[in-house]
Amino acid sequence: MDILRVENLSKVYGSLTAVDNLSFGIPQGICFGLLGPNGAGKTTTIEMMEGILSPSSGQVLFEGQPIGPKFREKVGIQFQSTALPEFITVKETIELFSAFYPNPRPLAEVIELCSLSDILNRDNQKLSGGQRQRMLLALAVIPRPELVFLDEPTTGLDPQARRHFWDLVNRIKAEGTTILLTTHYMDEAELLCDEIAIMDHGVILERDTPTQLLRQHFAGALVTIPEEAVANPSDLQKLTCCHDLEIRAGHVEIETSDLDGTIRSLLEAKIDLTRLSVHKPDLEDLFLKLTGKFLRS
Amino acid sequence: MIRQFLAIFRARSMEFLRDRGTFFWNLLFPIVLVAGFALAFGQPDEKVFKIGVIGPTTGIPAILSSPQFQQVPYPADQEAEALKKLRQHQLDLAVAPAQHRYWMNAESGKSILAERLLADELKLAASSMNPSTPALSLWAKGAVTGKPIRYVDWAVPGVISMNMLFSCLFGVGYVLVRYRKNGVLKRLKATPVSALTFLVAQAVSRLVIVLGTVVVVYAGTDFFLHFTMNGSYFDLLLVTVLGIVCLISLGLVFAARFRSEELANGLMNLLTFPMIVFSGVFFSLEGAPAPVRAAAEIFPLTHLIHAERQIMLNGAGLLQVAPDLGALALMTVVFLAIAAWLFKWE
Repeated sequence: MDILRVENLSKVYGSLTAVDNLSFGIPQGICFGLLGPNGAGKTTTIEMMEGILSPSSGQVLFEGQPIGPKFREKVGIQFQSTALPEFITVKETIELFSAFYPNPRPLAEVIELCSLSDILNRDNQKLSGGQRQRMLLALAVIPRPELVFLDEPTTGLDPQARRHFWDLVNRIKAEGTTILLTTHYMDEAELLCDEIAIMDHGVILERDTPTQLLRQHFAGALVTIPEEAVANPSDLQKLTCCHDLEIRAGHVEIETSDLDGTIRSLLEAKIDLTRLSVHKPDLEDLFLKLTGKFLRS
Repeated sequence: MIRQFLAIFRARSMEFLRDRGTFFWNLLFPIVLVAGFALAFGQPDEKVFKIGVIGPTTGIPAILSSPQFQQVPYPADQEAEALKKLRQHQLDLAVAPAQHRYWMNAESGKSILAERLLADELKLAASSMNPSTPALSLWAKGAVTGKPIRYVDWAVPGVISMNMLFSCLFGVGYVLVRYRKNGVLKRLKATPVSALTFLVAQAVSRLVIVLGTVVVVYAGTDFFLHFTMNGSYFDLLLVTVLGIVCLISLGLVFAARFRSEELANGLMNLLTFPMIVFSGVFFSLEGAPAPVRAAAEIFPLTHLIHAERQIMLNGAGLLQVAPDLGALALMTVVFLAIAAWLFKWE
């Protein structure tokens, strides 16, 4: 059963359609990733689902019902950017938010779940980026939510802090909480999400499990060679092997299910293979394939 | 809801108390201002006697027309006003030549001295049987008592109220606009807390803070300056609480919608400056044209300061300041209604 569903959801700002007639559901207990480049409409969509922004048309259903007064007690939200009340400590902030909910998690449990023991008595204003995100996640899990919204929670964090944050998300997931995550980090989506939807220009381009999407869009391996290794661009036309070939960011990318044949064919065309690389396509490749074909600002 | 209220109240109050700069500024600013006034205006202003002359001046003893005496005319029906000034040591004598009466203030050394000069003059006149001067025996003496009202006594209610105005407007208006701009309000919107609970907690926290500050500032400056306080402290407290609630409600109007601190700040300044000038914080509007005095009535600060001065200087009771209390209560209701109608989390 879908814990949250959106039906024909649209948001229009003047002449700009930020979200265009979206309909999809999030099954209970999974981590659902909403992926897309900056400006794709992710935050607008998630904020309508959170009940923060009212849609221009369409509706959001939580447990089959339109969002009602009890919704706020059953969901946890981590916004992309939030300021916290000043001059109070992490512990005091958690106590403050705990007072807002009818059945909050005990303080000790929140501290344990979000690894906050080292920063408990620190002023909110003196937290590092990673500590701050841990703290904001703690605020989201205080109500023992059935559904947690995480809007680009690791943007701007260093690799170590991101990995630490992923561990925390996995802990929350292990409790059976449904998670809706937006991100533009593909490694994050691949690691955390059971299902993903890739959106751009306000519409969802694809939606499935990461494995299924990769299988569907990529035949086998991706071969990449720098563009300057190809002395004569017309040589590329001569390649017999490769039907799916693209030039992107100074690299020639060849998608192939016959790696041996492709390499033979490149050798025949006398292309320098010194800096050739072969890799298994990942979500980033899929993301670029689906959203990166257009010029964007 | 009570739990939510208490939690927000506590967080907001801690934010204020821990923000040392703002905290000390709120306490020090009015104290420095009051002390400054006491120093600047604390000296005796002139070395002449001020005589209130009630009604026509015909038949006034000659000595009262000498250069050492400054005559302040009062119409015949303003006797009470002249006597009030005499009680407050703003006049040294009051005379009503037409009635052959004079009044002095036995608690004022200057008044005693002025009376002696007047009495000598009247005696002299009687002995020389000058027909143009009435006989001493025909002049009736009246006496009043009262401690002097210095400028600082008059200015204190204004200065403290002005500080309350700043603290309420900026402490609520500006802070909530900042909360809206930086996303604190958005985060709270995502919780089950209602806008009403949140705003009431903010307002009550500010009320307690401002009231606490006022008490400390009043007590602190009173310790050194010994203000005139002729009324009841309970009445003064009641008026002050109503005034603070009214000013906080005004702050909530500014807090209701704006997202830009600069805009909110600018508009609040636009309002506070005319309010300070026309509410009589630093100088009395008694001599101002009637339209200006009427316009000043629209400011809550005018009513607050007027009621406080009535209580502190003239010993007025609640009944006498009821029109001011009514105006403050009405304004509070209007401001709260506008704020509730305009309020948006984002």
